[in-house]
Amino acid sequence: MSLDTDFAHDCVEMIHGGGGRAMRRLIDDLFLQAFDNPLLRAGDDQACFQVAPGRMVMTTDSHVISPLFFPGGDIGALAVHGTVNDVCMSGATPLYLSAAFILEEGFPLRDLRRIVLSMAAAAREAGVAIVTGDTKVVERGKGDGVFITTTGVGRLPDQVHCSAARVAAGDKILVNGFLGDHGVAILSQRENLTFEANLRSDSQSLHDLVATMVAVAPDLHCMRDPTRGGLAATLNEISQQANVGMRLHEKAIPVRQEVRAACEFLGLDPLYVANEGKLVAFCAPERADALLQAMRSHPKGRDAAIIGEVIEDERRLVRLRTGFGGERVVDWRSGDPLPRIC
Amino acid sequence: MKYIDEFRNGDYAAEVARRIHAEAYPGRRYRFMEFCGGHTHTLFRYGIPDLLPANVNMIHGPGCPVCVLPMARIDAAIELAVRHQVILCSYGDMLRVPGAHRTSLLKAKAQGADVRMLYSPADALRIAQENPQRQVVFFAIGFETTTPPTAAVLLKARQLALKNFSVFCNHVLTPPAITGILEPAQQAGERIIEGLVGPGHVSVITGGAAYESLARRYRTPIVIAGFEPLDVLHAILLLVRQCNENRYDVENQYSRAVTACGNAKAQSMVAQTMTLRDRFEWRGLGWMPHSALRIMPEFADFDAEARFELSPSDARENKACECPAVLRGAKSPTDCKLFATVCTPDNPIGACMVSSEGACAAHYSYGHAR
Repeated sequence: MSLDTDFAHDCVEMIHGGGGRAMRRLIDDLFLQAFDNPLLRAGDDQACFQVAPGRMVMTTDSHVISPLFFPGGDIGALAVHGTVNDVCMSGATPLYLSAAFILEEGFPLRDLRRIVLSMAAAAREAGVAIVTGDTKVVERGKGDGVFITTTGVGRLPDQVHCSAARVAAGDKILVNGFLGDHGVAILSQRENLTFEANLRSDSQSLHDLVATMVAVAPDLHCMRDPTRGGLAATLNEISQQANVGMRLHEKAIPVRQEVRAACEFLGLDPLYVANEGKLVAFCAPERADALLQAMRSHPKGRDAAIIGEVIEDERRLVRLRTGFGGERVVDWRSGDPLPRIC
Repeated sequence: MKYIDEFRNGDYAAEVARRIHAEAYPGRRYRFMEFCGGHTHTLFRYGIPDLLPANVNMIHGPGCPVCVLPMARIDAAIELAVRHQVILCSYGDMLRVPGAHRTSLLKAKAQGADVRMLYSPADALRIAQENPQRQVVFFAIGFETTTPPTAAVLLKARQLALKNFSVFCNHVLTPPAITGILEPAQQAGERIIEGLVGPGHVSVITGGAAYESLARRYRTPIVIAGFEPLDVLHAILLLVRQCNENRYDVENQYSRAVTACGNAKAQSMVAQTMTLRDRFEWRGLGWMPHSALRIMPEFADFDAEARFELSPSDARENKACECPAVLRGAKSPTDCKLFATVCTPDNPIGACMVSSEGACAAHYSYGHAR
């Protein structure tokens, strides 16, 4: 093969992971150009940066998704958003990311370029620099196109202490908008299940929304992004960690008509469907209205709502007051949500 | 959502609930069984038991196709996927159900078997056409509702003369199951169930008239209901009224979908392709005569049980499991020693814990809140 990288026609080959000139070329022509920043440009095996006094946070996330491109995003943007959001949920300002790619032999370079450019754009939007990275190539059939692992670090303001342990009875529970968009947008694209849904994934970085929230309510008790398992899994996790129960009000939970409809015919529950640009926040009741107003003033929190409150409950259950007038438990799901037969 | 939101309206619900409270005699017990798992799901999803008087109780019936399928049949499906190495296709919630050796189709898939989740049996036909070198088996389960789509793919497979497609047929019938629940109580001279919320989607196919003889024989009112919460609440009100008036009619609350005679075309497709089994085993209810369908000899080429040799299963139900009594309404899940101790949704021992619609699984999630 020629050592010129032909992004229009070439595919990932084993040689791109071999440590030789082909690999160097791919890194120079694609990754360095797209992610360009001084720390990366230094070209060392590690990124070296100054650390301000105070607390730092660090998190990591591996991204595997099918399909790789979906309405409203792709695996590249998702790999940035997911890790940036995990950093932000502490109340921190994200600073740097690392990115490690596992590429499958035969994967079209034009798709790889599309993914990398999308990552670069997402990182710029989130104000983070991708400062170190790695690529490996596996044989055809041993990967699913592309897997991306990103690690993020951020700086935590002194006065912010977000943790599930601080969630207490009386706290209000807020979300920043419509739930279930991401999961349903992905499902609508799966090969065995194509349906027309005018829906886009909500995949986005929440750094700026979080900055707005922290400015108004630095005493926020806890934030978390309800990704896999949806709101139900996240709230159950927190109720276990904080030794509390929760009561939600179904009518207050924002779910789009399209998502409700898709869940209706797929036999799924929107509370269990994944999100990639949403957060759930807990704060003291007297701060809730101010926090809600601040969230709604931000484009990424325009549809924010107070959806319930934390209650004392030694059984640590998440309960839902249904729009129909009854109450039910929003339990953990065992395993993946599988559609019901009838 | 049009035609959905109206049936989930809390104000209407409060009004129907108010009437149930007003009309149910305080000194009388009303124990109703909802046959369908779909109705059980609705009851719990919308918190309907909260709206009922203390003396109006719902018993969760066997109408969850995943729950009542015996382990031996799951073992056979796993054997098809593992030993015969077919592409095994089935509906989603079937995949997690454990067979005799704590294994499931999902676990078999993890170990390399080719197991695929479908939304429609037509997808299985497509997979067969796309993989002419592989045998493709559709693991067909369900009541009268899911039977016509299976019949349709059998007819289509014959028309296409497919050589690599077959159906592992486990379709079961509702009326024999109702008999299986009501008959033992009748013979013992007991009255466990005062009324039945009749199947909704099943009745779209069979028609409401299918239950007339059952209502008469067991002097038990049956109200066919839709699956929206207002449907179920309304059906409960109609059952309370029948009890108060000592009637045992078949009433059709779900008149927007169910007719007296059902879907003739669907019935005809089933009649062309399937015939009654002499008997079939139901998990929790045991062997019941004429309670299931098998593929007709004319379609033997598409019958997985004819095409593949299947080993007899050594599956045994746990002796301490109270599912048979729970399914008939004679016992409550909490009467079972295994309930919430060894038998949990993550480790189901009996039929009623297997799917979220089973009586024990629903009780496990919901009962914890009481």
